[in-house]
Amino acid sequence: MYDVIIIGAGVSGCATARELSRYKVKACVLEKEEDVCCGTSKANSAIVHAGYDAEEGSLMAKLNVMGSKMMPQLAKDLDFPYLQNGSLVVCTDEESLPGLTKLYERGVHNGVEGLRIVEREELEAMEPNISDKAIAALYAPTAGIVCPFNLNIALAENAYTNGVEFFFNTKVEDIEKIEGGYRVKTGTGDYEGRCVVNAAGVYADQIHNMVSGSTFTIVPRRGDYCLLDKTAGHHVSRTIFALPGKYGKGILVAPTVHGNLIVGPTAIDIEDREGTNTTRQGLDEVIEKSAETVKNVPLRQVITSFAGLRAHQTGHEFIIEEVKDAPGFVDCAGIESPGLSSCPAIGCMVADIVKGILNPEENPDFVGTRKGVLNPADLSMEERNALIKENPAYGNIICRCESVTEGEILDAIHRPLGAKSLDGVKRRTRAGMGRCQAGFCSPRTMEILARELHVDMSEITKSGGSSRIIVGTNKDRI
Amino acid sequence: MKTYDIVIIGGGPAGLAAAASAKKSGTDSILILERDKELGGILNQCIHNGFGLHTFKEELTGPEYAARFIEEVKELGIEYKLHTMVMDISPEKVVTAMNREDGMFQIQAKAVILAMGCRERSRGALNIPGYRPAGIYSAGTAQRLVNREGFLPGREVVILGSGDIGLIMARRMTFEGAKVKVVAELMPYSGGLKRNIVQCLNDYGIPLKLSHTVVEIRGKERLTGVTIAQVDQKGKPIPGTEEDYDCDTLLLSVGLIPENELSRAAGVDMNPVTSGPVVNESLETSLEGVFACGNVLHVHDLVDFVSEEAAAAGRNASAYVKGSRTAESGREIRMNPTEGVRYTVPSVIRPEQMDDTLTVRFRVGGVYKNCYISVYFDDERVMRRKRPVVAPGEMEEIRLEKAKLLERPDLKTITVKIEEA
Amino acid sequence: MEKRELICIGCPLGCPLTVTMENGEVLQVEGNTCKRGDVYARKEVTNPTRIVTSTVTVEGGSDVTVPVKTRSDIPKEKIFECVRALKGVTVKAPVHIGDVIVANAADTGVDIIATANVE
Repeated sequence: MYDVIIIGAGVSGCATARELSRYKVKACVLEKEEDVCCGTSKANSAIVHAGYDAEEGSLMAKLNVMGSKMMPQLAKDLDFPYLQNGSLVVCTDEESLPGLTKLYERGVHNGVEGLRIVEREELEAMEPNISDKAIAALYAPTAGIVCPFNLNIALAENAYTNGVEFFFNTKVEDIEKIEGGYRVKTGTGDYEGRCVVNAAGVYADQIHNMVSGSTFTIVPRRGDYCLLDKTAGHHVSRTIFALPGKYGKGILVAPTVHGNLIVGPTAIDIEDREGTNTTRQGLDEVIEKSAETVKNVPLRQVITSFAGLRAHQTGHEFIIEEVKDAPGFVDCAGIESPGLSSCPAIGCMVADIVKGILNPEENPDFVGTRKGVLNPADLSMEERNALIKENPAYGNIICRCESVTEGEILDAIHRPLGAKSLDGVKRRTRAGMGRCQAGFCSPRTMEILARELHVDMSEITKSGGSSRIIVGTNKDRI
Repeated sequence: MKTYDIVIIGGGPAGLAAAASAKKSGTDSILILERDKELGGILNQCIHNGFGLHTFKEELTGPEYAARFIEEVKELGIEYKLHTMVMDISPEKVVTAMNREDGMFQIQAKAVILAMGCRERSRGALNIPGYRPAGIYSAGTAQRLVNREGFLPGREVVILGSGDIGLIMARRMTFEGAKVKVVAELMPYSGGLKRNIVQCLNDYGIPLKLSHTVVEIRGKERLTGVTIAQVDQKGKPIPGTEEDYDCDTLLLSVGLIPENELSRAAGVDMNPVTSGPVVNESLETSLEGVFACGNVLHVHDLVDFVSEEAAAAGRNASAYVKGSRTAESGREIRMNPTEGVRYTVPSVIRPEQMDDTLTVRFRVGGVYKNCYISVYFDDERVMRRKRPVVAPGEMEEIRLEKAKLLERPDLKTITVKIEEA
Repeated sequence: MEKRELICIGCPLGCPLTVTMENGEVLQVEGNTCKRGDVYARKEVTNPTRIVTSTVTVEGGSDVTVPVKTRSDIPKEKIFECVRALKGVTVKAPVHIGDVIVANAADTGVDIIATANVE
């Protein structure tokens, strides 16, 4: 029997797993997909919010501010890309100015540091491409941007290295109460645990409702995004939000930690929990609204568009608690924005609840740091040559657009919880994430995956399941 | 730092022809840097016939055409490095490159020839809505899988875009056992050659739907279908014209983009129409001693013209390193593409520097029937060529004679335009 | 009398051609703008031919496939027979341009030959 079974390998589940690995607990993570970071954690704005958005006194406000403050150190410890680039909430009409002041006051109340309102002149100096209509903005210097994939992967790897087990392609079908805990039934077998953590994202209501009489509902709220080429990456240097006003919530324009520009999201409530399809209407909305705060967004430079689903809970609040009628069952639900920003704090809070139940001893062997996939571009030419001499694979570029070497791809495959698919490699190394969108490199990455995992090329998938790239061989059916 | 007279970035058809020509023009110190495992570039996967009618007066397949140039480069003893990625070109012509054996290294070149070719426009660039399942490939990626690796990427295929690669792949996949259901083309005309439409689609009963595009992509893991709709004159889908197709594969043949990241980083001035460098009559970019040719300069339809253009770049680079170019008078004539002509290569001509005849290549912006291609020296029309049809899919050319330009010391602008009959 | 509709492939104009035939003889070609259309139409309705290109598997070489083609054009109706003649064909490296891969493919009298070198 496990001490803890965590359902879901997104940022919440993996942050929880990592926090729990500080203790002597036998823990496992069950994930229905083939890899970590396949749901909400994969497709979002990649923003670390400063914490002025959430209502005073809410759990969201508390965990956001706390998570945002933890993020810089976590990024150092776990070696994932994070940049404190600051954010601006832009006001474009006089009548909304009181709203800006209100946001400032809320931020101060929530404990966000360094907030101030900047006027047009300073705003323009800070962001030359700011909309001509912008009259003032709330500046939050502590806001940041992060690579959500590597944040999630880093948390998972570190948890795994410290003893947490991970089971992929393991979809929870039912949970039943047993003596001293729960039996979690999955498509690939049963798992028994004293505690269960429900970090199932858009499925968290279904998982919760398997054990509890007091139900809640998660509504998948879709957000469409466009990602622009690196040539557009300097269009703004801070994250630009629109002040929620008469035109609705507006969309953000932000640089990414890898130098692209991201524009989005929409907010469309849907029924399908796998409905990550963009729509014409959604993409058009993104394109149209981007102009409200930032001028001349070079939308011809779009290299891809995508949609993510926020696990919106009707009460718009994180639900992090031991379920009253299901002792030992801990919800970590309704984790929508600012969930990514809050995840370090969410992990701590969930782990504290579980600790309260299990009273575990500390794990003296816990190692709190992890090294990410080496990025040779960070090295000097001498260092790089020493690396290539030692491992020539670092001299072989596979992804031309992002300059990803075979060495990095091998690292991504062979590291703990390594990549098994093209998307797995992509999230760990950025191979295929550039302007040609894997046109050149996918056949070569497939060859490397097939060779290293000792499987046939036809077994290689884009993202697990039935997402095979190759369906047969020439003339096999003529 | 190692030095070479000419470093050529890319060992595809342009790089090979430039190298051979530079060598034959008397420059011995030449190095080709090629990122793939072999010379020949994309021709190695273009296994269909139809190459070389202009160059060799016979119809070759892509690999055969490449092999002739590879042989020549080898016979001429030109140095080349494979598996070598160029990471940077500095304005001072220091080329930084990397491979497994040499690590990261730098070469000082006297002249650089950019011959990096082009890449395919991706789904993302089109912003087609829908899911992002496996089963969506650029036509060139599918071509590599089928032609070089023997793999079928799908069995039921819809193709978006009627560029030549898409048309060729429709036939290729049909041969290998796939069912190609339809080719949809956004424009009211095809960007591909008539021959390919007849011999790759009509021969196999594959319908071509002009003024149609993909408006939805279905399938969460592997593609299960797409929706195609007719578009209006602005390219916007017309509601009510949607048709669903079940398919496991969507091939995209929606345009090629010159691959100029290195050129941009080096500070070369770019032409927004071609997405290639701005060049003068010598195919020299805004950086002195840096030349460009082939698809990195502007996307061609026929490799024969790539070879011809690249040979000129090689000759000119050789003249540059030998210092044998005539002294400059500073006189420049500006090319002015207008009224149906989208661009010209070159865009500036220094008459003293040009060859006795100079081929100016260009594309038109639409289909024009029974029209004239007209050339004006300033306000005077000097050439008017009747054409039954010109189309964006077929590159056009005019030839200018040096003697004629030297006769007119005050000539400022050469205008090329389409005139209706 | 029989009428056949064709599209000329001679140039981008793509003239719609109408060929009038009787007992396999071409009586008239209409719709063409130039001589090339006439020549193309007559050949296309009486003896349409194509060059077939494909690949076969290579063992022990630097590549796993080698591209091939019919050495010259073959009757259009024999295209799929020629492709099928390549099913299951495997050659051993080295292979060179011009090497015969399948002799007299589908009884056309035309060999299928390699179009690339695989060492």
